[in-house]
Amino acid sequence: MTKSARRRHVESALGMLPVAVFLIAWESAARLKVFPGGFSFPAFSAVVMEFYRLTANGVLGKNFLSSLTRVLVGLSSGSLAGIAMGIVMGWKDVVNKALNPIISLLYPIPALGWLPLLMVWIGINEILPVTIIFICSFFPVVYNTATGIRNVDRKYVQAAETLGASHARILFRVVIPLALPNIFTGLRLEAGMAWRVLVAAEMIAIPTGIGALIMRAESLVRVDIILVCLIVLSVMCLVFENIFLFMERRFIGKWSHSA
Amino acid sequence: MPDIRLVNVTRHLCRDINLEISDKELFVIVGTTGAGKTTLLNIIAGVTDYTGHVFLDDINVDDVPPKKRGVGYLFQDLALFPHLTVEANIAFGLRAGGHDKIGTDQHVSSLMEMMRIKSLADRYPHMLSGGEKKRVALARSLAPSPGILLLDEPTSSLDHQTAKYLRSELNSLLKRLGITTVYVTHDLREAEELADRIAFMSNGIIHQVSSPAGLFFSPFNRVVSAFTGMPNILKCEKSRVLSPGLVEVVSDEIRVVLPYDGDRIKKIAISPDDIYISDVRPPGPSLNRFIGRVEEITRHDSKVQVRVSVGKNNLIAELPVTAFDEMSIEKGGRVHVVIKLRRLRYAEA
Repeated sequence: MTKSARRRHVESALGMLPVAVFLIAWESAARLKVFPGGFSFPAFSAVVMEFYRLTANGVLGKNFLSSLTRVLVGLSSGSLAGIAMGIVMGWKDVVNKALNPIISLLYPIPALGWLPLLMVWIGINEILPVTIIFICSFFPVVYNTATGIRNVDRKYVQAAETLGASHARILFRVVIPLALPNIFTGLRLEAGMAWRVLVAAEMIAIPTGIGALIMRAESLVRVDIILVCLIVLSVMCLVFENIFLFMERRFIGKWSHSA
Repeated sequence: MPDIRLVNVTRHLCRDINLEISDKELFVIVGTTGAGKTTLLNIIAGVTDYTGHVFLDDINVDDVPPKKRGVGYLFQDLALFPHLTVEANIAFGLRAGGHDKIGTDQHVSSLMEMMRIKSLADRYPHMLSGGEKKRVALARSLAPSPGILLLDEPTSSLDHQTAKYLRSELNSLLKRLGITTVYVTHDLREAEELADRIAFMSNGIIHQVSSPAGLFFSPFNRVVSAFTGMPNILKCEKSRVLSPGLVEVVSDEIRVVLPYDGDRIKKIAISPDDIYISDVRPPGPSLNRFIGRVEEITRHDSKVQVRVSVGKNNLIAELPVTAFDEMSIEKGGRVHVVIKLRRLRYAEA
């Protein structure tokens, strides 16, 4: 093993240390009954056992799949639409001038703020959470993409022009690739946000999914189930953010210093 | 027939520019920072708006977009596409022009060979040194075989040695390609070294267009004269070939030996900071050294200007204040005058 590889192993082991300390402290505090009322503060091992039980009887899997499908459909449609509109807004000044006031007006509204309105308009069905996630992804992605396109240094466009490139070639071969870091930043942030918003929406209005499972557990005072769901939520936020981080590195890592 | 013609061109600082650049000419625009040199290149390339008219190869191109002007442009900050490899950067213009893959690959390969960057083909711009980036950018601008090449400060931000090397390579490359070139620089020596003709530009105005020697020996106004460093001009009364490539010219009591092939030198220009004066006899051979009389001493912020008479000739020497204060030079006193051999400029008959 090389010196640098050994150092990397040591560093990653050190990075796991606080997690291990936290889990040991959690387990110890629960077992020593540091907090009054043991049922409200289950041990880590009890949470793991509950995770196994919920997985084995299919409850967790069914609710997780519902949430995952909603996130995948809502996030991908919202992101694709956001990227497309962001590109047009960033590239065509006239479109930007026409749409920017509307986007600026709608962007600050929290995605959950739309929930009451959408419940009336759409009703409580599968389209509701997907629409919430679409809205949650669309506006920030539009904003980040348009900013990324507009911020591409004019000198690259001029260089491409003098090299004989058409407008379409400049857009697709120069401007969009150079705006990718901004686009990926937006996607990465929204990937985690989509899960957070979905679970909140499921807790309020949707009868299935991880959020709904949390609400059912709360009514039965099953803190261990709530903790299982929160851990699943946390892991999914991390996984989705890291998928986009991986894609970002894959697409722009070779040429971007910061990636 | 002029290859580039600008008629009453105006854009921001540049006002009513009229200019004609001949076919295959290496035309250098020299001037201080902010003189409007880059703006002028942008106007020729068509990447900026302007009023007036631009003719390329006698065709009015005011309404022709940059992609159809047939102009290669090496931008000052190069603008290499950071997301493309060296090879893809160079091929960009060819692919944009619809060249087939085999033809593009062959052309890119020969350009990389010519610029000696073949080993860098798969690297990205951030992996290259300053000199390598300049070569790649030059290859990229040459790839679509433009009729006109615009070079904006191609040797700026390079160390002295690399800049010198790149300059000499550029010189031979441009001569070999025989392409009409407009070269922008703020370095007068670089301009002299390369130019067929020089335009001096300041505050958006072209003050003079002439041969490199004309800028020193026949400045049109004080602005040009100040930029060239107000050189001392000596009229040569006679000259004598000492050996092939070495000539002695005589101007009253001053006899100057300089590297030159022939005996057609009419005038010599010597920059004030290329004349050393000393109150004691400097060591070394007595070539290009004279005894003079101090006529006038003028102190500026960091420099001292000393006017010295040598026979009927008056020479202005410029010294740093610290160097001057270390010597005891007074008005009316005798001083030793040394002229730097390699820095002499001459005008031919």
